[in-house]
Amino acid sequence: MGTNGAAVRARGWGWRHAGRSAWAVRDLDLDVEPGERILLLGASGAGKSTLLHALAGVLGGEDEGETQGSLLLDGALPEAERGRAGLLLQDPDSQVILSRVGDDVAFGCENLRVPRDEIWRRVPLALADVGLALPLDHPTSELSGGQKQRLALAGVLAMRPGLLLLDEPTANLDPEGVREVRDAVGRVTETTGATLIVVEHRVDVWRDLVDRVVVLAPGGGVLAEGPPDEVLGREGARLAESGVWVTDELPATLRRPGTRTGDALLEADGLAVARVAGRPVASGIDLALVAGTALAVTGPNGAGKSTLGLTLAGLLKPAGGDLRTTASLARGAGPAPHAWRSRELLTRIGTVFQDPEHQFLAPTVRRELEVGPAALRLPVSEIAERVDSLLDRLRLSGLADANPFTLSGGEKRRLSVATVLATRPDVLVLDEPTFGQDSRTWRELVGILAELLDDGAAVVAVTHDTLLVRALAGRELRLTAPPTPSAPTVAVPSGSRR
Amino acid sequence: MTAVAASGTRAGASPVNPVTKLGCALLLSIALVLSLDWVSATVALLLEIPLFLAAGLRPRTFLLRTLPVWVAAPGAAATIALYGRVSGEVHFSFALATVSDGSLELALATLLRVLAIGLPAIVLFVTVDPTDLADGLGQIARLPSRFVLGALAGLRLVGLFVQDWRSLELARRARGVADQGRLRRFAGQAFALLVLSIRRGSKLATAMEARGFGASNRRTWARPSTLGRADAVLLAWTLVIAGGAITSAVVAGTWNFLGR
Repeated sequence: MGTNGAAVRARGWGWRHAGRSAWAVRDLDLDVEPGERILLLGASGAGKSTLLHALAGVLGGEDEGETQGSLLLDGALPEAERGRAGLLLQDPDSQVILSRVGDDVAFGCENLRVPRDEIWRRVPLALADVGLALPLDHPTSELSGGQKQRLALAGVLAMRPGLLLLDEPTANLDPEGVREVRDAVGRVTETTGATLIVVEHRVDVWRDLVDRVVVLAPGGGVLAEGPPDEVLGREGARLAESGVWVTDELPATLRRPGTRTGDALLEADGLAVARVAGRPVASGIDLALVAGTALAVTGPNGAGKSTLGLTLAGLLKPAGGDLRTTASLARGAGPAPHAWRSRELLTRIGTVFQDPEHQFLAPTVRRELEVGPAALRLPVSEIAERVDSLLDRLRLSGLADANPFTLSGGEKRRLSVATVLATRPDVLVLDEPTFGQDSRTWRELVGILAELLDDGAAVVAVTHDTLLVRALAGRELRLTAPPTPSAPTVAVPSGSRR
Repeated sequence: MTAVAASGTRAGASPVNPVTKLGCALLLSIALVLSLDWVSATVALLLEIPLFLAAGLRPRTFLLRTLPVWVAAPGAAATIALYGRVSGEVHFSFALATVSDGSLELALATLLRVLAIGLPAIVLFVTVDPTDLADGLGQIARLPSRFVLGALAGLRLVGLFVQDWRSLELARRARGVADQGRLRRFAGQAFALLVLSIRRGSKLATAMEARGFGASNRRTWARPSTLGRADAVLLAWTLVIAGGAITSAVVAGTWNFLGR
């Protein structure tokens, strides 16, 4: 089923969002040949997403922003060629449109006015292309993140686009999901001959699949382009500095091994955890958390990692077994952390949520950082001192008066960590802290965690990120997949994994 | 339709079009709010029995799904009995509450009416699939597809909102602000949920546009929505219920337009 690839031609193209003074993209000259496969890189804010949205024809009309130069898809305006380009976005959850798998794949075809018989011919083919062997009436709500992304890809493929646009398609996926999506994209570009433009921070995922790397310059235009090895060799250092994961090697900042460790803080014995009472997602968990050490909780989606994290953090009541804090952590607050008062948690166990937006409470960054210390009723001068030093340390000083919701992804993550550090807890629980982060934010985060460990705090990180597990150099607790009543668990030292 | 059989998505679906169900439920409630009397409601309830049986719900499912109606009906009736318009012999009076012959009759009429409107509405809707309803509203009722499909896709976000709400709650405990000010915290949390839901909504809108949604007002429909014999039968029987209820009340002399 060959589709002929689409050609892209940009001449002095630029776009500025309505109400902004800076151009998101400007002075772009770019030619993409039919069937060519391109990895688009650039610092955050260089306008990669804007370019993809423009090519997909979904940037919006004149009231959304203004255009300069020209951007043509097969010689025509992208808005006039809807369906010629198919766009896959980052967030798996917000791309599922209908409640049944087959209907969801058919949705794009319906919009393009494909006849009904033809739609139902294409749907199974598209699902086969992405390797989703599911009945057409399978509920979309029961898919994993990787499956949802492949479903969305099938929906795009069923439209038979000549240009495939992928906007960080694997940023929110676990390693298994990343492989699934990458392999599916490789297969379909092979069979359809579609042109491919993919934006992603992690270069290694796509390096072998693309013909050319194009790096957008933050100020406008193209910074570098050419064969992957050549561009990455020449520009590697500069790209790494701007947050691109040039290789999947461990970045330099690492915890110094052999620092002192201290008392046990938290102990679990046959612990079972549940979000909904009576429905445990993991059980039989034994662990001891020691001051100055890290514990990485890993395992596939649905194994109960986040639920365990929230339970250790004193936010969920254990569903069974025993979870108790030692005297050196409880300090008079009682052995069961879920029974502590909200304020008692602040200096003992801090939690960084997977989605930073869930934990923001205040209208400005500065006020956000003041929430915890104020709840502790610290003196005003002490609060100001802590907040100023955190703003400085986490490069947020320039944003002190900004609304937390308006920050970039990396800034939000830094702020969510800073809010927890403001009350100096002995234990820090982080849920997927490095999800979707560029390499620069990643390095900063690991640096902060290393400092905390050196200062004698304990860190629990729920994560898919094998680099983070290695960087923290602590113990790893791997939860296993099926959420059966007694899912077995194994704790192994992080060095001995395959 | 071979295409639909191939799609496999209609297995076990009810033969009646959801649009017909919606229309019939609407028709019944209009017919039954016109007069507040016990005769029309009783006749309607009796005539609705075949409808309940034809729905094919198991007794347990029927009772569970209609439980709210069984609770609401006596509640409404009790209120009317105590505070409804006083007429005839007064049986009991305390403070503002007065139970009289007239208020008791109104209470009975209310009880029967809530059942006669509520039960068929729930029975008709238990078996409606939202996707089928959207298909029907777009193809048969000819409502604008943008509106219908936008609402359908938005409906899917409700489950995510529930998860968001729980996370917001836990996050407030973790931030040390969950010990007091419950009411204020609730307001803040509701606002945060609103912000999150707008974000989710706009992301979903972009995803839909990326699949060609909104490019044109015309589209094809992968799943045909058709009307057939079952729809005619349901509509006819609904007209019998409505007509029978109104006629019997008029003949019996209990008809009172809007309770006057």
